[in-house]
Amino acid sequence: MSVVQNFPMFSIVLGLLCAIACFAAPRAWGRRITLALLLLSGVMQGCVLWYCYVNQASYRYQLGHYPAPWGSELTAGLLEPGMGLLFSVVMLLSVIGGGRHVGHDVADGKQHLYWVAVDLTLAALLAMCYTDDIFTAYVFIEICTIAACALLAVREGGRNLIASVRYMVFALIGSSLFLIGVVFTYAVTGQLLFPQLRQAVAALWEAGTYRFAMTVAIALMTAGLAVKSGCFPFHGWLPDAHSQATTASSCILSGVIVKGYAVLLIKIICRGLGAQVFMATGAQNVLLLLGLGGMVWCSIDAIFAKRLKVMIAFSSAAQIGYIFMGIGMGTAAGLTAAVLQMVSHAITKPMLFLAGSQLSDASHGRMDFPSLRGAGHRNVPAGILFTVGALSMVGVPLLAGFVPKLYFAREAFALGWQRWPVLLGLAASTVLNVLYFLYTAVLIWLPQEADCRFKPVKPHWDEYLPGFIFAGLNVAMGIHPGPLAALIDRAVALLGR
Amino acid sequence: MAKSDSPFRCWLRGELDLSAQLQTAEMPAPPEGERYEPRHHPALIRMIARQSHRLYVALVAVLCAVLFTVLLLTAANLPAYGDGEAPTNNEVSERYVNQGVEETGALNAVAGMMLDYRAFNTLGESFVPFAALCAVTVLMTRGRRKHPLPPEADYADYYADPIVHTMCKVIIPVILVFGTYVLVNGHLSPGGGFSGGAILSSALIIYAMVWGDQRAHGAIREKTVRRTMALAMGFYVVSKTCSFYMGANGMPNPISAGVPGRIFSAGLILPLNVAVGLAVCCTMYSFYMFFRRGAL
Amino acid sequence: MAAMFDHLLHNYEEAAAIALLSIGFCMLLFDRNLLKKVIGLDIMNSGVFLLLADRGYIAGGKAPIMAEAASEAVRYVNPIPAGLVLVGIVVSVSMSALMLALTVRVYQTYRTLDVDHLYMLMSHRRKGGRA
Repeated sequence: MSVVQNFPMFSIVLGLLCAIACFAAPRAWGRRITLALLLLSGVMQGCVLWYCYVNQASYRYQLGHYPAPWGSELTAGLLEPGMGLLFSVVMLLSVIGGGRHVGHDVADGKQHLYWVAVDLTLAALLAMCYTDDIFTAYVFIEICTIAACALLAVREGGRNLIASVRYMVFALIGSSLFLIGVVFTYAVTGQLLFPQLRQAVAALWEAGTYRFAMTVAIALMTAGLAVKSGCFPFHGWLPDAHSQATTASSCILSGVIVKGYAVLLIKIICRGLGAQVFMATGAQNVLLLLGLGGMVWCSIDAIFAKRLKVMIAFSSAAQIGYIFMGIGMGTAAGLTAAVLQMVSHAITKPMLFLAGSQLSDASHGRMDFPSLRGAGHRNVPAGILFTVGALSMVGVPLLAGFVPKLYFAREAFALGWQRWPVLLGLAASTVLNVLYFLYTAVLIWLPQEADCRFKPVKPHWDEYLPGFIFAGLNVAMGIHPGPLAALIDRAVALLGR
Repeated sequence: MAKSDSPFRCWLRGELDLSAQLQTAEMPAPPEGERYEPRHHPALIRMIARQSHRLYVALVAVLCAVLFTVLLLTAANLPAYGDGEAPTNNEVSERYVNQGVEETGALNAVAGMMLDYRAFNTLGESFVPFAALCAVTVLMTRGRRKHPLPPEADYADYYADPIVHTMCKVIIPVILVFGTYVLVNGHLSPGGGFSGGAILSSALIIYAMVWGDQRAHGAIREKTVRRTMALAMGFYVVSKTCSFYMGANGMPNPISAGVPGRIFSAGLILPLNVAVGLAVCCTMYSFYMFFRRGAL
Repeated sequence: MAAMFDHLLHNYEEAAAIALLSIGFCMLLFDRNLLKKVIGLDIMNSGVFLLLADRGYIAGGKAPIMAEAASEAVRYVNPIPAGLVLVGIVVSVSMSALMLALTVRVYQTYRTLDVDHLYMLMSHRRKGGRA
């Protein structure tokens, strides 16, 4: 067995170890340990991705001395290390970009705990990507939920608490639904590991026994993960949570964590249940409609948002609608487009949050639109980054946001009755995106009023480095999406095997 | 009552009134600046809340009714209760039951399954209380200023009650012994790390409750708790990583299962149980202390 | 339909678990008091654990402590659900602790536990415009 094949296990365990180290080590070390972990994890995921790409195959990694249905296993194909790499890189850049805000928003006595939460989040996300065991997935979902709550609640301030309460209530409902689904699945199949589970489910479906229980189980698991990733109409918690947190947490929450649940859902559908059985229950149509609803409804909400971060957070909820629409299309190409959407959103949204908070720093920390007028002149690099992000979100060609929309639209023509709803939803959502993102992008470049009380900020260029890396990735993905799309195509094909 | 008399004598003579001590004082008002000042009239807020509440109740009632019906129908569709031929009783559970003792060395099949066969699951599970502890610490420690300890008078002073005080002196060692038994016998009898740790922590919590948290704070240092926790969890992670690595790369297990039924048997299960137990004990005790005084 | 009802009567433990679960779910959604929401959550989780533990039972089976080898005469219940319930309990305890810590902080800050009231405070205050 090649050394590289151990890297998925090593990266998960390393995340847990670093969490303990940040907890026990002197407080000043937390940030360094976390940065080293994120960097190392990114390198390891890159190696695994390269290994799987060269061999063109996925492999299963046996944890411990017992083989599959008895022991636990991890799987690594192309999707898992790819998403792991994306998560590590986005978290690294978010933590670097939001580092100054963490120092400002988080009390000194709690800083090391912030880094513990970041490490645990990374370990849980990687475990959710790689695991091949449905109950292990549940356990790591819970770790992710708790760590996300810590990331959110760590900022001092009243409203933050209410946002945390709301987040926790929804998250708990989501994980309970998921757990009930897992219990029903186990009760009728007797298996917990994905490959054996898929065989058992296929055999059950063939024989026609316990079909109702299996359908309910699938619906409950899907609903649980949809609630957790903030799918419409369960998105109530999302705008508050994502807008109230400190900048780095906002980036991690909306750039990474919601995608972890979506990746897990894709894995469960393709590896754990089998796509055919999932389609036979009709759950994909519900997901499609919910996704479309989210795309339109949350965009309308974003138009009426009064503050910049809330608007960006509502836009996140709308973009999650795209992901669920892609999963709901029920074809391999639809899944590819959904994964492309995850990638493009993960590299755009943190950039918007970072630039948005820098713009608001240039306006004495105010987030309302009148105060932000002309903020781009006061902080030119942040203004440029925000404009690039906004254009990408709207779907301007040559930027990342355009790519998944193109793939969604192309795939829509291959569908049956879903064709027109999908096309109309895409069009409506794009128009609404134009309304609120372009409005903001224009607003920050309006000439300042003569009696403006905000002073221009002298930019420190190192603070903008993560933003510019995000922007570079954005442009690269927008100009040349072919290789990435081909890679994701292959990843989705490997997933079902 | 005379100063020289012990509280026990006073209580015997009926001079000591304990009922006053059992009443908890009002919560202290939050310091200025942290108190929230409503922007709108409370009556207006209440009215709007009532209006939106009605719609919500109607929607949720429908949702709950649908969920209840569907779940009941599913229960009617599940395999029969207690059926030995149900799909859950397949080759997986058969191997745990039939070969578990031989392969893991643990008489307790649940411990063998949790800490050997499905160890990755349990590794994740033991990090859930750790994550929760971090989140609770984040929530309960107050801001930048050094938070003052709430005066002891806020709480019932159980130490002054001779019955409670004397009984606790007797019962705490018993609880500690019982907790240790449950902990180290986890591979032989029902119990294990989580239950044993919870029992051990109950002894510490009783100590903190009766002797007061100042004294507990002095006896059980914050640093000790944190180091124990980190060492226990670190040992768990490192030993399991070695075991995963060796298993995946086809190396044999270097630790023999031993003679089933002996206390030193079952390979890694006993040390892992002790590590988990210590970590759970520290977590539970920390939860109590954070809720009681906002710090360890 | 009648057969289904008979089967449900036979699966009475599962039906009880579902009832418990629904009570908890209703409490979690209906009750405006944050503390009671936490209690509802615990009841709901108990329902799930009862359901899961039932799935491991085999009529006449003993607890899986292997003092003697399994044979025709001695049958042990399925150990997997027991282990899963154990995991679930640990998760549920941690979640309750976290929710209670949130509740304490909310009460210290706002002097109320009524969630509707809290959400109203939040949506009204947002108009202020300060970040």
